[in-house]
Amino acid sequence: MQLKLKVWRQDGPESTGRFETYDAVDIKPDMSFLEMLDVVNVRLVESGRDPVTFDSDCREGICGTCGVMIDGQAHGPWKGATTCQLHMRAFRDGDTIVIEPWQSAGFPIVKDLMVDRSAFDRIVASGGFISADTGSAPDGNEIPIPKPVADSAMDAAACIGCGACVAACPNSAAQLFTSAKLAHLNLLPQGQAQRFRRTEDMVETMEQFFGSCTNHGECHEACPKEVPLDFIALMNRDYLKSKMKNRKLAGQVFP
Amino acid sequence: MTQTISLDSKVPTGPIADRWNNHKFSVKLVNPNNKRKFTVLVVGTGLAGAAAAASLAQLGYNVKVFTYHDSPRRAHSIAAQGGINGAKNYKNDGDSIHRLFYDTVKGGDFRSREANVHRLAEVSVNIIDQCVAQGVPFAREYGGMLDNRSFGGAQVSRTFYAKGQTGQQLLLGAYQALMEQVGQGTCELHTKVEMLDVVVKDGRACGIVTRDLTTGEVQSHSGHAVLLATGGYSNAFYLSTNAMNSNATAAWRAHKKGAAFANPCYTQIHPTCIPASDEFQSKLTLMSESLRNDGRIWVPKGIDDNRPADQIPEDERDYYLERIYPSYGNLAPRDVSSRAAKRLVDSGHGIGPLHNGVFLDFSEAINRLGEAVVRDRYGNLFDMYQRITDENPYNMPMRIYPAPHYTMGGLWVDYNLMTTVPGLYALGEANFSDHGANRLGASALMQGLSDGYFVIPSTISDYLADLLGDPVVPTTDPEFASAEAGVSDEVQKWLSVGGTRSAEHYHRELGKIVWDYCGMARNRTGLEKALSEIPALRSEFVTNVRIPGDTSVNQELEKVQRVADFFDLAELMCRDALDREESCGGHFREEYQTDEGEALRNDDDFCNVTAWGWTGQPGEPSKHVEPLEFEYVKLTQRSYK
Ligand SMILES: Cc1cc2nc3c(=O)[nH]c(=O)nc-3n(C[C@H](O)[C@H](O)[C@H](O)COP(=O)(O)OP(=O)(O)OC[C@H]3O[C@@H](n4cnc5c(N)ncnc54)[C@H](O)[C@@H]3O)c2cc1C
Ligand code: SF4
Ligand code: FES
Repeated sequence: MQLKLKVWRQDGPESTGRFETYDAVDIKPDMSFLEMLDVVNVRLVESGRDPVTFDSDCREGICGTCGVMIDGQAHGPWKGATTCQLHMRAFRDGDTIVIEPWQSAGFPIVKDLMVDRSAFDRIVASGGFISADTGSAPDGNEIPIPKPVADSAMDAAACIGCGACVAACPNSAAQLFTSAKLAHLNLLPQGQAQRFRRTEDMVETMEQFFGSCTNHGECHEACPKEVPLDFIALMNRDYLKSKMKNRKLAGQVFP
Repeated sequence: MTQTISLDSKVPTGPIADRWNNHKFSVKLVNPNNKRKFTVLVVGTGLAGAAAAASLAQLGYNVKVFTYHDSPRRAHSIAAQGGINGAKNYKNDGDSIHRLFYDTVKGGDFRSREANVHRLAEVSVNIIDQCVAQGVPFAREYGGMLDNRSFGGAQVSRTFYAKGQTGQQLLLGAYQALMEQVGQGTCELHTKVEMLDVVVKDGRACGIVTRDLTTGEVQSHSGHAVLLATGGYSNAFYLSTNAMNSNATAAWRAHKKGAAFANPCYTQIHPTCIPASDEFQSKLTLMSESLRNDGRIWVPKGIDDNRPADQIPEDERDYYLERIYPSYGNLAPRDVSSRAAKRLVDSGHGIGPLHNGVFLDFSEAINRLGEAVVRDRYGNLFDMYQRITDENPYNMPMRIYPAPHYTMGGLWVDYNLMTTVPGLYALGEANFSDHGANRLGASALMQGLSDGYFVIPSTISDYLADLLGDPVVPTTDPEFASAEAGVSDEVQKWLSVGGTRSAEHYHRELGKIVWDYCGMARNRTGLEKALSEIPALRSEFVTNVRIPGDTSVNQELEKVQRVADFFDLAELMCRDALDREESCGGHFREEYQTDEGEALRNDDDFCNVTAWGWTGQPGEPSKHVEPLEFEYVKLTQRSYK
């Protein structure tokens, strides 16, 4: 395949960016999207030019490192797939592909297609954990967990922290990411003790970096792990409960 | 730099089941109020590093943790799929700590320390409890109890899992524990920095030098102890199942500062990966070993059979693992399964467009269990396979072939996880400790978490206690200044080569040599060839590589330094493979095999660990040997028949 790439180039967070056009020649349909970029980059380097900076690591859709806008879609055209899982058979010979970084005030651009997602770590640090110091744990089977509950928590925990939800959201909101972490921990019996405190802290930290949610649902469409929107509703309910004045009397019950 | 290297394993004596407990009782302690007077540097935030950093910070130590990733959660551990072993015997199928110990010693082909392995098996039970308490959503049965599956090299079900994303969930548990400490200010987190040197003063590790991958700034950090939890070196093969950025630089730089490197030739080639499809391939994708619970492996009996799988009748199929190893069948250990696949492909039975694979077939499982159950167990792996190959594994068998996956070799450590440099520790895949010559499935996650959660928090005080009252070596010390200058000079050296080829090109070429001569099967002629080809390629590399840009964000600059270290390490891997004149586990020397083509150990001469020292030049290492003794598991020829 012969393709044209229109790629966003930006030297640093403060610089102004621009699109540059590159030819991607002799591309095979079996290549992954990032392998296609590798090929383009090697040619740039060997012809004395600056390669395009982009992030990736596992290249199998689990580490959450990769992620770019491809023709305006976060992670490109394949549903339930990350940028690294996208393969070139999704495109046709002669296509022009527009490649941009995640755009959100919460994710400053580092260089070209690479952004700084450390705000996500800040949200987790504010409450996204169950405090269980090493060595303090009872037997793993002491608390039976109904399979549906464990499965639901797993669906939420599947979030890879890629940031596509934020990139796809017209408001740059991080509700889907934050609610996924909250649901993972708030659904489990082990997570009850810190449930409302956790919700309050994480939601308020999120609000320092990201916009507010107006229920567009674009986040779910873009999410490579198809994290359900229901978790946002759960987060909102828990947040309300966390604000009840007499929280001490509210108990720490299941939803 | 030549150092005297002594390999004192510090393995405690006494009955094996009591050794770890007795050892914990005998080590020196640091009292709770004094812990904050010690600074511990942890490099790496995979399972081993994140678990260690979180646990040490909880204990009250001052912890600084470093990763080149943009978030600790992205460490390569995140990609582990299948599961983690724990000798819980929840299934009542005869499992026990002793059986896990036995399986691991045997699985490692009698090339690991018995005492270490026993400790690992003991601690495995606590790991599962710890992870559950943190909220790791392990798979459950309908009654709410934890579910298990089986992995290769075991006849019991002791593997805990979270769908096909066990590593992700375990790492998120450790990451969350770490971030809790970061949020509380007990642990200082440095992301997007790469450690490029260990600083040693008066024979002790006293700090590290890092380069900030965003700004290019070279910085020193001092501490009372340095922990490397920096992962394995499978990417020396270029194509492997490891993440693109996984590299050996931290371990290699530590080696150059005096840490002996043990058993570098012990590398694991995983039997079930998607075969390479072309030259441009950037990495290989693992299909979890858990698939071998329900998938059956076969090849056509005929040579160069091009028919699609469903047109090959049952009696023309060779389910070779079930045939050769009836008692373990498709769950034969990795080294054994990989070699069997290689033999069949080499003899013309390979399948797929390039005849470079074998079938992994689920049709029988789908008939027996129904598609829904298979989807529930392996859905995400099947999807991953389909995205890559454009083939639907529910309708036709997967094509698989072995690929480099894990490295059992690594920095030599004693029972306390200390390297041959006092104050410098190695944890997780970065050390050589527990798997001998072959690692069993679901045991790396176990070892990483054992090292991080349970071993290092108990053993580090033995070293630190004697340093009470000593301040850290200031970063203004000349040792730091010279290490910083070394790092900066090296960066400048690469930027000014101005050659014509990319670092990627040389990495790929190096990988081909290592795979061809130091891969699944090795022999003297091939290894000698590799030992002459690697230095030749290196000379070209250092004069003809091209690194554009400057010291700010520059992925080519990151890469070239890692490739340079892979060159040196690859040479050591080949040297070690040549030196070890026997076959054991993942190290298969064609000259040493049984009549049936299985690995033939030479216990008279090689029942030992080989640890290599750096002498100043690649290719001229000093050799040191730690003998191994087997008191509890009898040295026997491994059999999985
Ligand atoms: C695809 C795949 C599937 C697997 N599945 C399983 C499984 O099912 N069960 C099992 O038991 N094992 C499995 N393994 C093996 C297991 O995942 C690894 O051995 C284990 O996770 C390694 O953990 P670690 O903590 O030692 O290192 P890693 O997770 O590799 O972490 C290394 C860390 O060190 C940091 N680092 C490295 N060098 C530097 C430097 N110079 N400066 C700063 N930071 C640095 C990195 O940023 C990273 O944070 C699998 C491996 C692969 C590749
Ligand atoms: S919710 Fe989905 S899109 Fe958002 S960070 Fe998690 S995986 Fe990525
Ligand atoms: S590179 Fe890991 S998810 Fe894409």
